[in-house]
Amino acid sequence: MTTQPAQAPPAIELRGVRKDFRSPGGEIYTALRDVDLTVRVGEFCAVVGPTGCGKSTTLTLVAGMERPTEGSVRVAGQEVSGITSGAGFMFQTDAILPWKNVLDNVAAGPRYRGVAKRTAHSNARDWIRRVGLAGFEDRYPHQLSGGMRKRVALAQNLINEPRILLMDEPFSALDVQTRALMSNELLGLWDQTHPAVVFVTHDLEEAIALADKVVVMTAGPGGTVKAEFPIGLPRPRVVQEIRFEPEFVDLYHRIWETLRAEVDIAYSRTRARAA
Amino acid sequence: MTSTTVPATSGEVRRSGAFHLHAVRRRLLVHGVQAAVLVAVLGFWQLYVGADSRKIILYGVPSGIVARLKEWVTVGTAVGSLGDQIKVTIEEAILGFLIGTVLGIVFGLALGRVRFLADVFGPFIKVLNSIPRIVLGSVFVLAFGLGLESKVMLVIVLVFFGVFFNAFQGAREVDRNLIANARILGASRWQVTRQVVLPSAFTWIVASLHVAFGFALIGAIVGEFIGGLQGLGVLIKTAQGTFDANGVWAAMVIMGAVALAAEWLITRLEKRLLRWRPPQLSGPDL
Ligand SMILES: Nc1ncnc2c1ncn2[C@@H]1O[C@H](COP(=O)(O)OP(=O)(O)O)[C@@H](O)[C@H]1O
Ligand SMILES: [Mg+2]
Repeated sequence: MTTQPAQAPPAIELRGVRKDFRSPGGEIYTALRDVDLTVRVGEFCAVVGPTGCGKSTTLTLVAGMERPTEGSVRVAGQEVSGITSGAGFMFQTDAILPWKNVLDNVAAGPRYRGVAKRTAHSNARDWIRRVGLAGFEDRYPHQLSGGMRKRVALAQNLINEPRILLMDEPFSALDVQTRALMSNELLGLWDQTHPAVVFVTHDLEEAIALADKVVVMTAGPGGTVKAEFPIGLPRPRVVQEIRFEPEFVDLYHRIWETLRAEVDIAYSRTRARAA
Repeated sequence: MTSTTVPATSGEVRRSGAFHLHAVRRRLLVHGVQAAVLVAVLGFWQLYVGADSRKIILYGVPSGIVARLKEWVTVGTAVGSLGDQIKVTIEEAILGFLIGTVLGIVFGLALGRVRFLADVFGPFIKVLNSIPRIVLGSVFVLAFGLGLESKVMLVIVLVFFGVFFNAFQGAREVDRNLIANARILGASRWQVTRQVVLPSAFTWIVASLHVAFGFALIGAIVGEFIGGLQGLGVLIKTAQGTFDANGVWAAMVIMGAVALAAEWLITRLEKRLLRWRPPQLSGPDL
């Protein structure tokens, strides 16, 4: 066996993963089952699926915040045990520290790892500039707009130069214009360090515009991968404009056909439960 | 009494123009009415009680209280100079307050963070909390004597639980995402406790400090009352023993002043520690 780059382990590999949760009442709820998913080194993978299908759960498994009930989760060929090192995570809601200013928030990662304050701060200034927040170093999170707080979170993760970046509907709380802007900048930043990305979203347009591959999941309980669609659209892409390309429209229709069935199932299940 | 104190909202509202003028007028009105209430109560007291010398002995009278304070300041008290009495009591209260607060925070965070510790020590703390701890004052006086130690012990016991329950609650209320985010960014468990849980719980902890310092003063004075040689509690006890109602009231006025000064300091500390919070519009401040 030779170790050529082609045979290097994928960035993320899930095999036969099941995840059960025990409810307070004691019943077992299967959130995920038979999940197989591979994300290549440097690949941008978007995950779409109806609410409650287990998208966030999948990310927590990869990040090492939860363990699978069954199956294996590997990052760079290593079985995940404990918090995955070399991973970044962007949460749907804000997770930056409200009592630290922008500079200290961005410098947090290196500081936790024992980097000297001066080095960490100068590195942080550089990343603050790259995400377009130069001049806001001294602000506290509550003094920033939602979009700016997302930039802080992005810089906070990228300063660690992660090999994999996990994003859980990171821009869903933003207004449409800010969201498109952030998506564009995300692509620019991704190009600089090129981590493998798993980007969870409920917005199919966003998924296609950003990703190399769109993964559609089935409705929960027991969500699993239904289909994968490679996205061959050329890069660099301009998120706001790419949706008018005929190839984009074609992809959108094909993926939506697959997704809609699951959304309908999830919807009728929710209604059945509510009735 | 498993009392947790809910964090207060700091009320800082920026005003301008006509709104500002309105606010000034309103504040004047409030202070004016407050002064009127005070004058009415003290005036009634002075006129009703002051007319009857038997009632003066039983209830005390404002003019007599002022005279007693003057005497204490100029001549000194039955147990020594007034300054010394205040100093002794404050010393006991502050020492016990600091130790009790630190212990409360450490135990609160530890039990809030480590489930095993909470399971083991939870029942003990509940039992200890349910007994009327002020009675321990007698035990401490017997065990540690009439000096500083017995009062400090009582203060610690009184302060500890309030701070503990708030720190415990604060540690459990920390946003899970903040912790997960810090862990993924590379923080160790200890770093998470120090840099995420502690600052986050501070809102809760600081809220408990107001009540805790009140308990500290009570502990110091009751301790002196039960068995002490010096301090405001001794002053009250002596006054009571000599049928000096004015003396009891005078000591209470001093305690009130000390408590207000402490309250002011704690509020400043609160503002400083919680600087990062957005200014909030709040309801009536009490
Ligand atoms: N910690 C947990 N305990 C119990 N149930 C959970 C937990 N986390 C997620 N679930 C359940 O698992 C299912 C999938 O959740 P999630 O991964 O958040 O879905 P999605 O992100 O796709 O909307 C949901 O039904 C949710 O209620
Ligand atoms: Mg989710």
